[in-house]
Amino acid sequence: MSVVYLVLPLALLLVGGAVLAFIWSARSGQMDDLDTPAVRMLHDDTER
Amino acid sequence: MTASVLAVEVPDTAPSTAPRRAAEVVSCTHCTLPVPAGLVVAGASRQFCCTGCETAFGILSASGLDAYYGFPERREVAVTGSGRGYEEFDHPAFTDLYVRTLPSGRSRTELYLEGVHCASCVWLVERIPLLTTGVVRAELDVRRSLAVVEWDPAAVPLSVIARTLDALGYPPHPFRGVARADVRRREDRAMLVRIGVAGAIAINMMLAALALYAGDVNGMESRYTNFFRWVSLGLTIPAFVWPGRVFLSGAWASLRTRALHMDLPIAVALAAGFVRGTMNTVRGEGPIYFDGLALLIFALLVGRYLQQRGQRLATDAAELLHAVAPTTARMVEADGVREVPTGALAPGMRIEVLAGETFPADGIVVDGRSQVNAALLTGESTPATVSRGSAVYAGTLNVAAPLRVCVEEAGESSRVARLMQQVETSAARRAPVVQLANRLAGYFTASVLLLSVITLVMRTRLGYPTALDDAIALLIVTCPCALALATPLAITAAVGRAAQRGLLIKGGDALERLARPGTLLLDKTGTVTEGRVALVVWHGPDWVRPLVLALEAGSSHPVADGFRRAWPGLELPAVSASQHMMGGGLEGTVEGRMIRIGAPRFVQESVHSTDPLLGGVTLDPTLTPVHVAVDGQLVAVAGLGDQIREDAAEALAALRARGWRTELLSGDASTAVESVRAVLDFSADAARGGATPEAKLAYVFSRTAQRPSPDHPVVMVGDGVNDAAAIAAADVGIGVHGGAEACLATADIYLTRPGLTPLVELVAGAERTMRVIRRNLVISIGYNLVGATLAMTGIITPLIAAILMPVASVTVVLGSWYGTTFSAPAAETSA
Repeated sequence: MSVVYLVLPLALLLVGGAVLAFIWSARSGQMDDLDTPAVRMLHDDTER
Repeated sequence: MTASVLAVEVPDTAPSTAPRRAAEVVSCTHCTLPVPAGLVVAGASRQFCCTGCETAFGILSASGLDAYYGFPERREVAVTGSGRGYEEFDHPAFTDLYVRTLPSGRSRTELYLEGVHCASCVWLVERIPLLTTGVVRAELDVRRSLAVVEWDPAAVPLSVIARTLDALGYPPHPFRGVARADVRRREDRAMLVRIGVAGAIAINMMLAALALYAGDVNGMESRYTNFFRWVSLGLTIPAFVWPGRVFLSGAWASLRTRALHMDLPIAVALAAGFVRGTMNTVRGEGPIYFDGLALLIFALLVGRYLQQRGQRLATDAAELLHAVAPTTARMVEADGVREVPTGALAPGMRIEVLAGETFPADGIVVDGRSQVNAALLTGESTPATVSRGSAVYAGTLNVAAPLRVCVEEAGESSRVARLMQQVETSAARRAPVVQLANRLAGYFTASVLLLSVITLVMRTRLGYPTALDDAIALLIVTCPCALALATPLAITAAVGRAAQRGLLIKGGDALERLARPGTLLLDKTGTVTEGRVALVVWHGPDWVRPLVLALEAGSSHPVADGFRRAWPGLELPAVSASQHMMGGGLEGTVEGRMIRIGAPRFVQESVHSTDPLLGGVTLDPTLTPVHVAVDGQLVAVAGLGDQIREDAAEALAALRARGWRTELLSGDASTAVESVRAVLDFSADAARGGATPEAKLAYVFSRTAQRPSPDHPVVMVGDGVNDAAAIAAADVGIGVHGGAEACLATADIYLTRPGLTPLVELVAGAERTMRVIRRNLVISIGYNLVGATLAMTGIITPLIAAILMPVASVTVVLGSWYGTTFSAPAAETSA
């Protein structure tokens, strides 16, 4: 059971990483437009 | 519909040597619409319906972007580039207003593009860097039709980029809200980050909480229990100081301004729970409320975000209005005429306005005679004659001939801009509207606070050791969560469904008000009628028709449009001379015959005989009479007018059956209004003609003042800038199909489908939505009553309260989502 002393902080550390990643993505504008990327990928970028 | 319009335009551009009709439909290589017969090139593999499409194809294939033609979904719209030069985009004044210079030396601007709607548009617009050297980046936001363009100003001027976009069929307009959009984007991102952080904390808190609950049941060593409790406390602190601070500061503001706000009990509960939880953590016994608190912060933030997004939609529309207003003016200077941005105009400047152009500013005519269509401001559909000394207004249309105008008022001080400011104040005035849920929440807030104090005092007096716990349980279990969610959620669901049916609803409060019958004020032109001049009666032989069309071909007058729409696809003879006669009509020579078309008085001057067939012809007085004389003989009499929409009678009957009082309110002449009133069965006192925008506004106010009860909404339905103030002042403003952008910016609701049937659907849907909301309110109030009783009697602990809390919310969420609002079959709504 004492493993929680290790595992819980570790889990929270991971969560912290995920939260930081989310904050970065939101602040860099990746969440600003949620519609266009969905249609942008419909066409392959083959030329040039 | 587009095809028929094209067919009408053909004779203008088609070589007269190819008059045969196409045996089979040839589709345009660029836009896939049928190519009009006159333009089909025999044997060619590529066919174009218009020069716009041909140009667009040329640009694409020259740059190796043929892949566009392989996409299954392309926009089926003929390219109608304006062909404008966009020189004003390079003007320093324009650059000051709209263009930002990046640290890298590049320029960046946002452009609002017309005609954007699908995936292939994104593909095409974002290939602009390949088409125009010097453009570094182009990104399109499909939902808002906004393109961000970054370019090297040394390599290419913005006007070239604008011309490319225009040639591809996306005429660009400057986007005036750049600064505001930046602020908003920052706010949005901050809100998202808050929600993300609150969500992450809440969910991880649940893991600790689960361990604790499981430990309670199975028995867990107290050192582990304490560890989990301290971890929970450690997680709660960031949730409070970061995402939760919104509520604490909201409550603080509420206290300072002494206005009860829903943030207050939330903050009290959060604070009380936090203090108590911390104390219990330190003591090592008793409940901690941290999991409930974290989840609460998350849920409330999500609710707030949804609400904010709804409000954003409204302001977005307002910015688009600005984007499509005229942006350029033709300034007259000593050395000639040049284009400048409208923003650069100042009183005293002379401008030139060509026929077919919109006035960029208010002013006085100094040279020229013409006719002006002021429908935008006054709603009067017949153009008025102006000459030297007449006042003209920004936003109105110069119909007939070039004019020189001395600018009197420009920009913010023009008449149309003042109208828009009125609109904004009207919109602000209605903002603090008392919604059902908000009203309840106010009382709710007060009573919860009061009850928790009573609980604390009474139960301490009675000697219960758990008095504080009970008070906290009360604050938590009665969280206004479900109550606060009931209205916005049901409305969000209804608004989404309505949008799928072509009813765009901007404000949820509008739905609430439409649920009860009231007074419906309908604008005539474009709402009850088609909104454009159509040929209604034609007394005359068929051979006259091509002559009329040929002479009218170069005219942008509404009457000419009416003829063109009535007789599409006619083969036109050549016109050898034509002249626009002031205040009368057209005179010209077609195939050697002298023809006059126009007002009876004007045509009569040249007439020495009348076709005997026309002897007994009389026209309905509401129609505009147009006479046609060929070589001095009156051969035809036409009556043009604005026709009543087909579904108007049926829809009005349905609305009246639902208890609505219907009235006509129009800027048009009283005779025209009276005839529509009679046909559509409005009661005798329910039609008002000749109403100026100011008069319409005043009428809406008087109707609002005279209403029998506050629950009796005054609804204004219209489609022009002239209705904007009235639409904003009404309890509910509805813009109908074909309405000016300005109207949509101020209206609560926009009906994308033509006719009045969608109005009936709207009202029926609003009633059903309110039913769902009421059900939600009953559930949440019932829940809260039961919860409060249990808490006050000490039956539930704060722990159970925190577990119970989401139950009501979830019920309300499911109820809103599955409730029937606008998804009902059309059969019921069209009844």
